[in-house]
Parts: sequence; C-alpha cells; structure tokens
Amino acid sequence: MSEAVMTDTGDAMPGGASGIVADFSADKQAFQVPWGKAMMWFFLLSDTFIFGSFLTGYMTVRMSVRDAWPVPSEVFALSLGGEPIPLILIAIMTFILISSSGTMAMAVNMGYRGNRNKAFWLMMATAAFGATFVSMQAFEWTKLILEGVRPWGNPMGAAQFGSTFFMITGFHGLHVSAGVIYLIVIGRRVKSGFYERTRGNYEMVEIVGLYWHFVDLVWVFIFAFFYLW
Amino acid sequence: MAQESGQQHPISIYFWVWGLLFVLSFFSYMVDYLDFQGTMRWALILLFMFLKAGFIVSIFMHMAWERLALKCAILVPPVALMVLVLLMTYEADYTFLTRIIFFGEGAPAPVHH
Repeated sequence: MSEAVMTDTGDAMPGGASGIVADFSADKQAFQVPWGKAMMWFFLLSDTFIFGSFLTGYMTVRMSVRDAWPVPSEVFALSLGGEPIPLILIAIMTFILISSSGTMAMAVNMGYRGNRNKAFWLMMATAAFGATFVSMQAFEWTKLILEGVRPWGNPMGAAQFGSTFFMITGFHGLHVSAGVIYLIVIGRRVKSGFYERTRGNYEMVEIVGLYWHFVDLVWVFIFAFFYLW
Repeated sequence: MAQESGQQHPISIYFWVWGLLFVLSFFSYMVDYLDFQGTMRWALILLFMFLKAGFIVSIFMHMAWERLALKCAILVPPVALMVLVLLMTYEADYTFLTRIIFFGEGAPAPVHH
C-alpha cells in the first residue's frame, strides 16, 4: 500500500511512512500560533490531567481515612532560632517560585524585544530560583524523612500522608528540575544568537516560559490543597 | 492573521501581576498563619488560589490575548477533572463509611505493615 493516492482536490499524496506524515500534516491550521507553542500547550494540558489526577487521588485518600490527617501547619513548621513558625519554609518556597515566574515573564518580553543578552540573564535568574526551590524541597524531604515519614506510614497520623506527599511534591520537583535544565539549554542558544540566525525570532523563549509558568501554576494548587487545606 | 503572532505587551502589566501574585500569596499564607478555620478557611484558600491561577494563565501565559479556539481547546478539557473530583467524593464517602462500619469509629487503626 505504498503507491500514491489522489485526494479530493486532486493533489497527489505520498504512500507509506511519508504518507502518514503527509496525512497528519495535511489538515488546515486550526490554531493561529506557531506550532511549537500549540504543542507546548497540549503537553501542558496532558500534564494538567496528571497533576489533577494526583490531587484528586490525594483528596479521595484524605477524605476516606479514619485516622486524623497530620496537620500540615505543624508538620511543615520550622523554627528559625525561636518559636516554630507554621509553614514558613513552604511560604518562602512559594515566594521564590513566584519571583522566578516574574523573571521568566520579563525574559519572554525581552526576547520579543530582541534583547537577547537581557533575555539570557533573566532566564538564568529564573533557573537559579528554580534550583533554589528544588534545594529547599530536598531539605524539606530530608527533614520529614528524619522525622520518620515514609510512604507507608508516619508518626503524626494517617499512614497515607507520606505516600501522597512524596508523590505529589516529588513529581512537581521533577518538573522544576526538568525546567531548570530546559531553561539552561534554551538560554545558551539564546545567548549564542542561534535563534536569531535560524528563525529570526524568540518564540522559543515564550515556549519555555509557558512550561515554567505552568510549574508555578501547579504549585499554586499544591500549596492550596496540600499545605493549606 | 487577526492578531500579531508575537506576544509583546508593556512591561508594566507584568510588574503589576508580579506584585499581585506576591500579595495574594502573602494573603493565602496569612490564612494559615492567622489560623482561620471552617468554611472561612476553605473559601479564602480557594479564592486566593483561583485568583493566582487566573493571573498566571491569563497574563503570564498570555492566554488573555490568544484566540478563542486555543482558549477553548486548553481550558475546556480540564472540566472533565471536575467530574472526576465529584465522582471521587462519593467514592471517598463510601469508603469512609465502610471503614467506620468494619473498624469502628475512633479506635486506633490496625497496623498494616
């Protein structure tokens, strides 16, 4: 079945493997944005379902346990040389992630203005904020593990607390780590002028930006449902 | 094309949203710090959460300036998640009540490991 076929409009379409490519790319363009941006949006949509399912699973588990759920406000309290302050580390992590979102938005803006040097440094600042966030998360995990929190149980209450905590924050931390690498890879190309030579624009910076803002967006939901609720 | 493909907007709008996100995060942290409880706590948490999410998606991710086709393609499917949440609340209630029936209320949970 590799011979060419004729379409309604009379154009010859190739057969075989290149036929698959031709067929899937033959449709009329639906979204008036660069394809890379549309694809990033669809990836983020699928990621929304992953995180949405995790959070729904967490809700189901938390609603159905008989034992008291550990109080996040106390579990994540940290004493900075005095009285324990509730959730302070998580609050700082939230502010760091929001700062990184701001620098990312600025990087996208600078990219569109063609200021590649500023775009590069803002992207590196974003990556640095992201790395700081992941480091603080590693600290938080270490603290909880030392306190005896395990995926199958913990000394504070319902056993399911650990599994949902490690699963949800771990998956989010993985996204932040991947985002830091992604930012560094694209940032280096921005700095070297690669996109100016090959495309003449900085759409790529906006696509990285979409991913990064999504990571921040997911944290907004995790912060609300896991830490505050 | 009906709109420019590049998303170039004045920097001031990003600064405004950036500031707002800080303020809203501070407020949601205060919900915990000031120890709000009950319906008030949930309402405030959800309010600040949706405001923050809305600003990030519409301004930082430029959704506000995209065409309706893209908006619908991305923002409508997550409604399915709301259906899942609804179904799982029934499921969770059922599991909870079943556990009460079989293991009793208040008693210490059997050790499973």
